[in-house]
Amino acid sequence: MADAGRHPNIELLTLSEVQRVDGYVGNFKVTVLKKARYVDEKECTACADCLEVCPVVKPDEFNLGLSTRKAIYQEFPQAVPAAFVLNMEDCLGNEPIACGKCLEACEKRCIDYDDQDKEIELEVGTIIVATGMEVYDPTELDEFGYTQYENVITSLEFERLINSGGPTEGHLIRLTDRKQPKTVAFIQCVGSRCEKRGNPYCSNICCMNTIKDTLLIKDHWPEVQCKVFYMDIRAFGKGFEDLYKRSMAAGVQYIRGIPGDIYEDPKTKNLILTAEDTTTSELKKHEVDMVILSIGVVPPGDMDNTQQQLTLQRSADGFFLEAHPKLKPVDAATQGIFFAGCAEGPKDIKDSVTQAGAAAARANRLMRSGEVTVEAITSMVDPELCTSCGICARVCPYNAIYVDTKKKTPAVVVEAACAGCGTCSAECPFGAITMRHFTDEQIMAQIEAILAENAQDKIVAFACNWCSYPGADLAGTSRLQYPPNARLIRTMCSGRVDERFILKAFKLGAPIVLVSGCHFTDCHYINAVTWTQKRIEKLWDKLESLGIRPERLQLDWVSAAEGQKWARVMREVEQLREAVTAKEIEHTKRVITEDMLKKRTKKVKAKAEAVA
Amino acid sequence: MANKSSPEEIRIGVFVCQCGLNIAGTVECEDVAKFAEELPNVVYSDFQKYTCSEPGQQTIKDAIAEHNLNRVVVASCTPKMHEPTFRAAVQEAGLNPYLMEMANLREHCSWVHINEPKKATQKAMDLVAMAAARAKLLEPQMETKVPVIQKTMVIGGGVAGIQAALDLADAGYHIYLVEKQPSIGGIMAQIDKTYPTMDCSI
Repeated sequence: MADAGRHPNIELLTLSEVQRVDGYVGNFKVTVLKKARYVDEKECTACADCLEVCPVVKPDEFNLGLSTRKAIYQEFPQAVPAAFVLNMEDCLGNEPIACGKCLEACEKRCIDYDDQDKEIELEVGTIIVATGMEVYDPTELDEFGYTQYENVITSLEFERLINSGGPTEGHLIRLTDRKQPKTVAFIQCVGSRCEKRGNPYCSNICCMNTIKDTLLIKDHWPEVQCKVFYMDIRAFGKGFEDLYKRSMAAGVQYIRGIPGDIYEDPKTKNLILTAEDTTTSELKKHEVDMVILSIGVVPPGDMDNTQQQLTLQRSADGFFLEAHPKLKPVDAATQGIFFAGCAEGPKDIKDSVTQAGAAAARANRLMRSGEVTVEAITSMVDPELCTSCGICARVCPYNAIYVDTKKKTPAVVVEAACAGCGTCSAECPFGAITMRHFTDEQIMAQIEAILAENAQDKIVAFACNWCSYPGADLAGTSRLQYPPNARLIRTMCSGRVDERFILKAFKLGAPIVLVSGCHFTDCHYINAVTWTQKRIEKLWDKLESLGIRPERLQLDWVSAAEGQKWARVMREVEQLREAVTAKEIEHTKRVITEDMLKKRTKKVKAKAEAVA
Repeated sequence: MANKSSPEEIRIGVFVCQCGLNIAGTVECEDVAKFAEELPNVVYSDFQKYTCSEPGQQTIKDAIAEHNLNRVVVASCTPKMHEPTFRAAVQEAGLNPYLMEMANLREHCSWVHINEPKKATQKAMDLVAMAAARAKLLEPQMETKVPVIQKTMVIGGGVAGIQAALDLADAGYHIYLVEKQPSIGGIMAQIDKTYPTMDCSI
């Protein structure tokens, strides 16, 4: 920590949050909000004179409320930067200065009540996401009595209790009588590995953390009895099994079975646990002085913001999804962004450090050469077909198209800003915009190839490059079986799927068309997917007015982590396909052909009138 | 666009990968390759055991030279896996990398229709036909090189963020380490000792 604080190449931005990220690999533009500290970070020497005079007492968040802090404080003694921070919400002395005691006490005069939040603009080539984790709150598991019984604490609260810098200076006490407990019970998998409550995944660190905690207790106070209630002990890492054996040799009792409930003896405040030892099938009561819930790891609450700012994807457990689970384990699907630590999934310190090294190496690899190759999948405007209507500029998520609708100059694409979603091309009513590498002709050719023979057996499916296509890949790598009737067309974004593609498929006899893309929060192109939805909704109305069942056009959001969902969607669309009759298909072909003809005649007429 | 002004004969080569038994266990790759021979503009079609292997890639390069191919369809796994591999292979043989198209016979076909080999083979044929139809219309694309700013932003100052920041800072890059709390350290700083070596967290 201290190394990071004094490194000449590291600029620490504490009390800071990312507000906005624009740009692309190699050239990200970031807006960071640095909140006011009200204490001069460089001048403050952490002498604590201010702290002594501050009259405000608040629960100390760092010690999880097990001790108190003042309104002006340092998070913990080794904090980096060491400077104090003034919490203005707690402070009495803002305006008018009602208190001002700290200001008086500060010899160096480094407190400034008028300090302001600042927006800072950064330009960076790469981004490492190390947003970490939070711990599971076990209050909802009422059988364990957390918050109901004071002597039931979490494993993180235990860490603060036995830390020499913590509220008890490292003395293990229980909260009701401040006495050292004689018997301590640990309960494993609290909030982990449960389908119904908490989370279904293994939190990875809790087994070893408990083993370590039992050894800390046994090293300091060998007379304290420790019982660990567990489902499985997962001691899979280097040196882990040794530690587990040491814990058992030190006399820690491991009981395979999670207590069904915990009751407090109202007099002694002891806790009575009932648990079945599943190795002997014996149901037994255990009386202990203190219970430590070995709580799991959960994604941080503000992960949605980071996800949207960086257009990242998340796996089913809620953590960020890597570009490939084996081959690109620290890369995000967005080029130039990498993951380190628990942001990508629960990890211990060693794994976090290892992954951080890998992320740094990947970022280094990208920056080292000084330049990066960018795919040229951008849009092009044909000025002769463009009528300067401005629709393309309105739908572009990147403001990459400029049209002067008053002067009627044709649209211009700023290629460096175009990310290649293709929404403009799909929305252009005049066919004036071509998407490089995903042209209308190329996609139409794929549709024609699908429906050339036995069209009635086929489902024409569109899948976006970032979510639904890899979601279908995941169904494959997971060997999830589904009916073989769908034929997939990949586009960069579902926003590329032009109404004309869908109508063409129906005209050629497709019984079902599926459009699939990212969930709104995952959209790789900011909000392009909202245009997909609007377009499909409009098309449903149109189909209905033509006497075609709207269900034949399906819209589904499938993320890269939803292999299961992809297989389910495939089964559902197949069921829908089976219900489409040959007569229905013939009717659809006819009405769409007629409708297209009508439109064409109208266009020709309009053109003739315009010329006249 | 260049093609429109100077029309060239489109000559497509199709390479069907068996991927060991990953694809060939379900899909009749030989039949798919034979089917592809009849597709418009396809002048070469064959199957390989592993198209991504060195000899597999050599087959592509040799066929491009021998049959004067100007479009390539590789029917193998997901492009998420080997698109860079095959783009590089066709580039080495002198073609623009964007003139290569993939059909996903593994993740989207053989692995998900294991019990329906006939229908899977039919689907594989369709996927190849789609890829060839698209390949016919592919145009060369120019990739652009853009300069990379020699700075990194690390979001989060826990143990992972600190380590990544230090590694890159030592390598000479300027790092912005963004932390929402008043101090860096994260959850790690709250922990007393750490396993398996029982030393302090800070």
